Amino acid sequence: MSTRQIVQHRKLAHDKERNKTVQADLPLYPEQASNFAMSVDGLMAYITAVCAFFAIAITAAIIYFFFKYRRKHPGEVGVPIHGDMRLETAWIVVPLFLALTMFGWGAVVYVDFRRAPMDTLDIYVIGKQWMWKIQQPTGLREINELHVPVGRNVKLILASEDVIHDFSVPAFRVKMDVVPGHYNTMWFRPTKAGRYHFFCQQYCGTNHALMGGWVTVMEPMEYAAWLSGSSEATANPVLAGEKLFAEKACNTCHVTNGTGRAPSLNGVYGANVLLADGSAVTADDAYLRESILNPQAKIVAGYAPLMPSFQGQLTEEQIIDLTSYIKSLQSQPVPTKGSGVAPATGKK
Amino acid sequence: MSATPAAVNQMPREHYLNATWGIRSWLLTTDHKRIALLYLASVTFFFFIGGAFATMIRIHLLSPKGLLVTPETYNKLFTMHGVAMIFFFLIPSIPAVLGNFLLPIMIGAKDLAFPKINLLSWYIYLVGGCFVLYSFSTGGLDTGWTFYTPLSSVYSNSAVTPAVLGVFINGFSSILTGLNFIVTVHTMRAPGMTWFRLPLFVWAQYATSIIFILGTPVIAITLLLAGLERVFHLGFFNPALGGDPILFQHLFWFYSHPAVYIMILPAMGVISEIIPTFARKPIFGYSFIAGSSIAIAVIGFFVWAHHMFVTGESTYAALTFSLLSYLVAIPSAVKVFNWTSTLYKGSISYDTPMLYALGFIGLFLIGGLTGLFLACLGLDIHLHDTYFVIAHFHYIMVGGAVMGYVGGLHYWWPKITGKLYPEFLARIAAITLFLGFNLTFFPQFILGYLGMPRRYASYPPEFQVLNVMSTAGASILALGYLLPMIYLTWSMRYGAIAGPNPWPGTGLEWRTPSPPPTENFDVTPEVTWEPYDYDNRPDLGLDVSGAPALAHGDD
Repeated sequence: MSTRQIVQHRKLAHDKERNKTVQADLPLYPEQASNFAMSVDGLMAYITAVCAFFAIAITAAIIYFFFKYRRKHPGEVGVPIHGDMRLETAWIVVPLFLALTMFGWGAVVYVDFRRAPMDTLDIYVIGKQWMWKIQQPTGLREINELHVPVGRNVKLILASEDVIHDFSVPAFRVKMDVVPGHYNTMWFRPTKAGRYHFFCQQYCGTNHALMGGWVTVMEPMEYAAWLSGSSEATANPVLAGEKLFAEKACNTCHVTNGTGRAPSLNGVYGANVLLADGSAVTADDAYLRESILNPQAKIVAGYAPLMPSFQGQLTEEQIIDLTSYIKSLQSQPVPTKGSGVAPATGKK
Repeated sequence: MSATPAAVNQMPREHYLNATWGIRSWLLTTDHKRIALLYLASVTFFFFIGGAFATMIRIHLLSPKGLLVTPETYNKLFTMHGVAMIFFFLIPSIPAVLGNFLLPIMIGAKDLAFPKINLLSWYIYLVGGCFVLYSFSTGGLDTGWTFYTPLSSVYSNSAVTPAVLGVFINGFSSILTGLNFIVTVHTMRAPGMTWFRLPLFVWAQYATSIIFILGTPVIAITLLLAGLERVFHLGFFNPALGGDPILFQHLFWFYSHPAVYIMILPAMGVISEIIPTFARKPIFGYSFIAGSSIAIAVIGFFVWAHHMFVTGESTYAALTFSLLSYLVAIPSAVKVFNWTSTLYKGSISYDTPMLYALGFIGLFLIGGLTGLFLACLGLDIHLHDTYFVIAHFHYIMVGGAVMGYVGGLHYWWPKITGKLYPEFLARIAAITLFLGFNLTFFPQFILGYLGMPRRYASYPPEFQVLNVMSTAGASILALGYLLPMIYLTWSMRYGAIAGPNPWPGTGLEWRTPSPPPTENFDVTPEVTWEPYDYDNRPDLGLDVSGAPALAHGDD
């Protein structure tokens, strides 16, 4: 409760200072501060132009007809015209063509948004009624504040502790729902330093409107300085994850050298894992999360479905800690036997 | 109208309103016209309730911090506004009031195919309405009208269960009405009333009925599942119980997107009646308008996941649903082009229903075109769940559906009551509505593009100017709604006597007295003319094209 009040106070203070610049003139679009801003605004301009053309043309025709063909005397009837095949064809084909161009362009932008590039800075975002908890790659935690460097591809891994939320940054023109039960991801590349609103954009209960904050886009140097400067607030997620790994007795089966009842987790993060049904899957955050909460969903080839579910026993943050720990094992040597990792020779 | 010798209009001695007397004769009536009036009273009641909530919402949003109520209450206001307006006003409005009254008369039938089921559907509506009112008055409802899980099924502390039951029960009223309409259109058309002589209003009702029957069971079962999860903790949608919250959205929108067409298709039907009457010429492209109604009803079932582009649904699903959403826009465009072309070389009068019809085209145009923005995948990641969406669907549902409904009420008011409303006041009201509506909702498009999220009880101060504009517009809009309520009620007693065909219109409903007798027609009519065919209707007393010289001579 008190955290929220503090955040609110801070937010109001920022609002006031920001107000001076924004309210002076009535803007028609928010600031353009990410790689998506230009393409979304371009789409907006294109569709607005096409629609405005038709809206104005049709309205003008209606107004013209309305006055030109007004009834001259009470008994007058109109000229019986029942239709025209050429016109009907034209106004089916032309709008269809234009609609398809809108679809195509929109699809290009969307596919770009849904496919994050490889070299991203991964930041965890957890939504809960009614606040955002954010964890930087170093483990630095923030509440209702997100700091990112300019020019770097940033991927947000979104999780919810309760209901559906939505992380939205109008200045970046992006948003993604934060759905309990699985991870969603979104990415963007900030292009302009500054402070921008982010909002919860999926209605989530009483204080939905207060569930927002600020994205601070910083120059890379500043960002690095900020990360190291605020080290006192840093909880080391790898250490926390390692502790949890022992507490929950994960280490009794997932033995590092591959001799346990479960595969070694060395090098598994980001690798291809062979499954019992013959398929393979990339071990990303979502896969690890699913394997912790619902282990029966994907069984590693050569192993029995023994692992119990940890559904309801871990918070989203603890899952992220565990994931961070498993991630830290990425560079550890993969045992030749007793790992789910597909042999490097198997695929290119 | 005015100078013709037979102009001394008289009310018929006996008609459906005075055929029997007493409260029982209304509550146990099986006359579709009386049932329509029962619906008129009840949907108007819910419109008032929903309108009161809307008024409070707009007053609250005058100030960035919220002027009127707590966030909790605000959330209840917009939820209850949505539930009352969508499920208990918009969906039943045109079908259950105007459709009920007119559909049998327009096809030359004595009543609907199942008159008792028709009455039953009104009672079911009432029972559903009582549940919802119970929810509103005992804790309210704060889930959003969309009832998204797990907020509704687990986390909300408001009266969700009775509300969900109320909407569930109300669904059966829609299903029965749809069934009744479909059977009636198939089996009870008068001799000579072929499918392609059907008034376009009937085509629209028929298309709507298809959606009623196919879609409503899905929302009914979906809300029931959410209720079961809430009460008995069965894991359908709650991930903690192994459910999937996104499944709810698929099921919900599978109905609720077509439900948008339930609201707009009948209004399109009304407009397709009004425009030929007041342009006094056949409608341009009859079969294209009729066919586009069916196309909308069918394609409308395959676009639901465009409400879910940012839920994390698969990219391929998003691509498919975006493409299909663009396809469903085409039949709507076809209608607009055909209505506009109907005006060409017409004999256009400025009567009130025509003002509503033209206002409808203008507002529906904006509502429909902004749908193209939201169907666009790349743009939707910015616009989704902002005020842009609010503005878009209010242009469709209020600018479209409500303008159609109020326009239709004016057009058929003389038929329903036998009386004329005061024309001058009515024109003022129509213009007030149009201007007030635009001032209310157009600023919200800009708010949305600036990023203001919907369902916010408070907002950053930079959004205030546009919110104040919107509230100013809403007060004009409210005036625009109050005026017709007053003068239409007034006219029931004091209005001038209308006569059977004041405009005149070409449909069968205008060939029976106003108000019609209980059996609608004294003799079963036989249809020998094409729809909206003013040229071959000497019975209307107009200067048909057979005498063009006369028309020129008058100039």
